Amino acid sequence: MLAVDVEKRLGDFALAAKFEAAGGVTALFGPSGSGKTSIVNMVAGLMTPDRGRIRSGEALLFDSGGGLDVQPHRRGIGYVFQDGRLFPHMTVARNLDYGRRMYRLPLDAAGRTRVIDMLDIGRLLDRRPGNLSGGERQRVAIGRALLMRPRLLLLDEPLASLDVARKREIFPYLLRLRDERVPMIYVSHQAAEVRRIATTIVRIDAGCVAGVGGTELLDAADADAL
Amino acid sequence: MFSLGSLTPDEWTAILLSLRIAVVATIVALPFGIAIAWLLARKNFWGKAILDAVVHLPLVLPPVVTGYLLLIWFGRRGVIGSFLADWFGIVFSFRWTGAALACGVMGFPLLVRAIRLSFEAIDMKLEAAASTLGANRFLVFATVTLPLALPGIIAGMVLCFAKALGEFGATITFVSNIPGETQTISAAIYTYMQIPNADAAAGRLVVVAIIISLIALILSEWLARRVGTRVHGE
Repeated sequence: MLAVDVEKRLGDFALAAKFEAAGGVTALFGPSGSGKTSIVNMVAGLMTPDRGRIRSGEALLFDSGGGLDVQPHRRGIGYVFQDGRLFPHMTVARNLDYGRRMYRLPLDAAGRTRVIDMLDIGRLLDRRPGNLSGGERQRVAIGRALLMRPRLLLLDEPLASLDVARKREIFPYLLRLRDERVPMIYVSHQAAEVRRIATTIVRIDAGCVAGVGGTELLDAADADAL
Repeated sequence: MFSLGSLTPDEWTAILLSLRIAVVATIVALPFGIAIAWLLARKNFWGKAILDAVVHLPLVLPPVVTGYLLLIWFGRRGVIGSFLADWFGIVFSFRWTGAALACGVMGFPLLVRAIRLSFEAIDMKLEAAASTLGANRFLVFATVTLPLALPGIIAGMVLCFAKALGEFGATITFVSNIPGETQTISAAIYTYMQIPNADAAAGRLVVVAIIISLIALILSEWLARRVGTRVHGE
């Protein structure tokens, strides 16, 4: 379970978000620029909140009161970025193994094969990110984050940089991810995506949590849009 | 017609000494160059502009001035020179090590400049991604930053090596022109030009200098292309 209660000022923009995410897929849903990415960056440890606490399960990751700020590389939180961010100087195989090696986890060959098969990236292993398609790149990025065996997986608009055909290609893999039993935070501004993948929806608006619940929040958002 | 066989032992000594000095200067300067390039590219601190200026000073100062300052500081009675001699037994005055120091200092701005540019060109988002994958700062640097900067590091090393090979003013001011110890190709050519009827010797060394420079340039171009494809994919 993830418990977030953070405040952060970014120029003129004030962000104050408080929510809890149980297992399953929690979607952070809201318009572009509402602060969703900043929130997941704070969960990952890439951005430091001004005030607040972040707890994942039993582990306290950030607590401004106690002066605690766990470094990103000790948080055990996987992150799939919007832009993939594969390492261009490594083959796909080395990208996939990077997290396991940095966290010094033993090789789990069966688990590795299962993730590679699930994402259909077995024939890409010797290639370099430079000559992968956008969809392939994003699948490798998902595999890379999964293979470090994260306690929580953050996905920041993983489909946003892809065209419609590529989105259709990736989405089934994201749905399969749910069966991995890794809790996920899924950031998106697309109601259609969120409706299909999320078990809980946290609606973010102008840096604040506007509501927590089910798909009825999406209907409300649709109504607002009209 | 020029042939390597026509070179006299003295000329060979100068050539091999030049190569040794340039190689040692480049290799010893490299870790310092990487560290300072990284500081200048990534950190903001008080005195950054001053550090930047000091690093580039040998590029602008008359080489004689650089040599003079080296003599004052790194000579046998200089502040740094006497310390290094007493504690580590490293002596620079009138030794080939002094020539390497002078060459390293003169090549340093070129080394730092090329490496700094390559650090600045790296997408820092990749480093953030590495940290979420469990890499601490040192590992991020060793597995992501440094490999991605490799083409720039090679370019900087070649520039530093080339500068070291051709260095004349600072070296001759600091450690003089002693055959077999501090007389590099440049100094030897200069010496032969002062002696009547030694034009042929000077000419042979000029040809050698051109050949070495060409080989270094071709080698670096080839290396940079290889590393470039490795870093950025086909």
